[in-house]
Amino acid sequence: MNVKTHAEAAQEFILNEPRTDWHDETLWFVRQKRDKAVNTVAEWEILRDWASKIKNHTLSNLDHYLKSFEENAIANGIIVHWALNAEEHNQIIHKIITDNEVKKIVKSKSMLTEECHLNEYLQKKGINILDTDLGEYIVQLRQETPSHIVLPAIHLKRQDVSQTFHEHLNTEKGNYNPEYLAESARIHLRKHFIEADLAITGVNFAIAESGGFVVCTNEGNADMGVHSAKIHIACMGIEKLIPKISHLGVFLRLLARSATGQPITTYSSHFSRPRSGQQMHVIIVDNGRSRQLGRPDFRNSLKCIRCAACFNTCPVYRRSGGHSYHSTVAGPIGSILNPNLDMKANSDLPFASTLCGSCSNVCPVKINIHEQLWKWRQTIAVNGYVDKSKKTGMQIMAWILSDPKVYRISGKIGRWVMRTLPFMVNNRLNVWYKQREMPEAPGKSFRDWIKENK
Amino acid sequence: MIMGSRETILQAIALNKPDLAELPEVDISITSHYNDVVRQFGAMIEAAGGSVFNMNSIQTLLNEISAIKEDGKFVINLFGDSDIDQLKGLNAENLEELDTCYLLAQLGVAENGALWVSEKQMFNRLIPFICQHLVIVLNPKNIVSNMHEAYNQINAASDGFGVFIAGPSKTADIEQNLVIGAHGARSLRVCLMDLVDS
Repeated sequence: MNVKTHAEAAQEFILNEPRTDWHDETLWFVRQKRDKAVNTVAEWEILRDWASKIKNHTLSNLDHYLKSFEENAIANGIIVHWALNAEEHNQIIHKIITDNEVKKIVKSKSMLTEECHLNEYLQKKGINILDTDLGEYIVQLRQETPSHIVLPAIHLKRQDVSQTFHEHLNTEKGNYNPEYLAESARIHLRKHFIEADLAITGVNFAIAESGGFVVCTNEGNADMGVHSAKIHIACMGIEKLIPKISHLGVFLRLLARSATGQPITTYSSHFSRPRSGQQMHVIIVDNGRSRQLGRPDFRNSLKCIRCAACFNTCPVYRRSGGHSYHSTVAGPIGSILNPNLDMKANSDLPFASTLCGSCSNVCPVKINIHEQLWKWRQTIAVNGYVDKSKKTGMQIMAWILSDPKVYRISGKIGRWVMRTLPFMVNNRLNVWYKQREMPEAPGKSFRDWIKENK
Repeated sequence: MIMGSRETILQAIALNKPDLAELPEVDISITSHYNDVVRQFGAMIEAAGGSVFNMNSIQTLLNEISAIKEDGKFVINLFGDSDIDQLKGLNAENLEELDTCYLLAQLGVAENGALWVSEKQMFNRLIPFICQHLVIVLNPKNIVSNMHEAYNQINAASDGFGVFIAGPSKTADIEQNLVIGAHGARSLRVCLMDLVDS
């Protein structure tokens, strides 16, 4: 399959100008809500500092904390599994399904199961999973993927949702009222929650000292599924750990404020033991994370708590849409995580940025996202995965900049061409000219001007 | 011998992890506190789409509950343990019919309007989510300023399950329009009542 690069997909996204503007403004509005919420917390910067250091510490002793989490979870009656990669993660879930003759499965939002393509894996075996987060439910019905890790259907308008629900839930055609549409989904999904015998969730935080874990939602869909079903499977990446329960105080204060500007999500559910008669499984997944831990320049991307503040602030994400990133996790954080999973396939992503640094400024765990984007560009170039035109251009540029004489002559030629033969640069062969006007060429260089005016 | 995934993962981490970084001390004395925690708590509940009311005696609340029950609505009152026996025989399908549930919160948090309810207070984990309307009783003396203080007071892992609830269930997944009543309770009312020992 030929996947479009970020630039190619973005070019299609922006063809619909009103929708692009809407997408841009809506996400900027979420960013503004975040600012408002953050500004009410005087110690915000201290919280960020604590969160960053707690995560750095945890990553520096991760094997120890994982073992202690496992030990405590098992003591609490939780069944713990380890998955080296996506395939093994999916196999473990499939085995639990067949061992227990599971008939109906509901799943709340879990970007890890998206990363592992669990739905497709089980579908090939004739098993269907129902996504219950409203946004994920909408994109699942449309056979799309989430375009944002917190707001999965942010690429859609109410008219799209209305049409999708009309086709699948038989709602009134042309009724665009969000309350009516959400209510229809509520009524429909409640039946499924009650009938489900397996509920799959993600994990926001896993606590080493207690062997418990926390799941945050606004809709209550994770809890509706988990507390009805006889089996609960919680899927977590190895980086979800924190050492102590008291650290939740730091992270829960940061998470929702950064994500949506809420002071906390409606539900922050703390699971420690299965209820009587229930099976509770936790699957600890690596899938490339331990490799990322071994990359000194990129390891601290594993501090991410998936708030998506970097998406909402990013001028490139807002104007290109999540699907342009052809990955489960889009946006700036996705652009530094995905090259670790597949450097060649994701070699375009670190270039989908202006390196303005806003992502790093809003990150609640202080990941230096824009610096890592810049470093990935270098790593990708060294590994030979940059575009030929970009590579050749850079080589010529390097040659010109390495010798003052060559530089001066090239400058003269360049200025002369731009003044006398503008069509030589103002044409489609020059990618820089696309969507940009070339600057007016000055009569002389700064060097010549200084010489004359000294 | 073929190494299992657990060992492979742990070994890769041991090999790849950086030098030990220090765990910071979280000094909660420097975090923000509110002079009037009750007022701040009420404002946050309202901002989240819930409401707060005061009641001065348990009897008034019990009268309210009786009146709703007489209207023929399916109500479960777990505040004061009165309907626990009734709850024991009910499954998820039965509970789907539940109109209103009353229960006690152990603690409230002023900075965000969150209420801590653990398995001890809900008896059935599904109850606070599946009911159409939720009423939570809270002693205003048990409102703390922020999440750090909350975790110092609750023992989050002592019961099998516990949850911070901060409003009715909601979604903004359709064009960022806020809709109250997603999958969980459609409304949250918090009843502030001075209780003798809680």
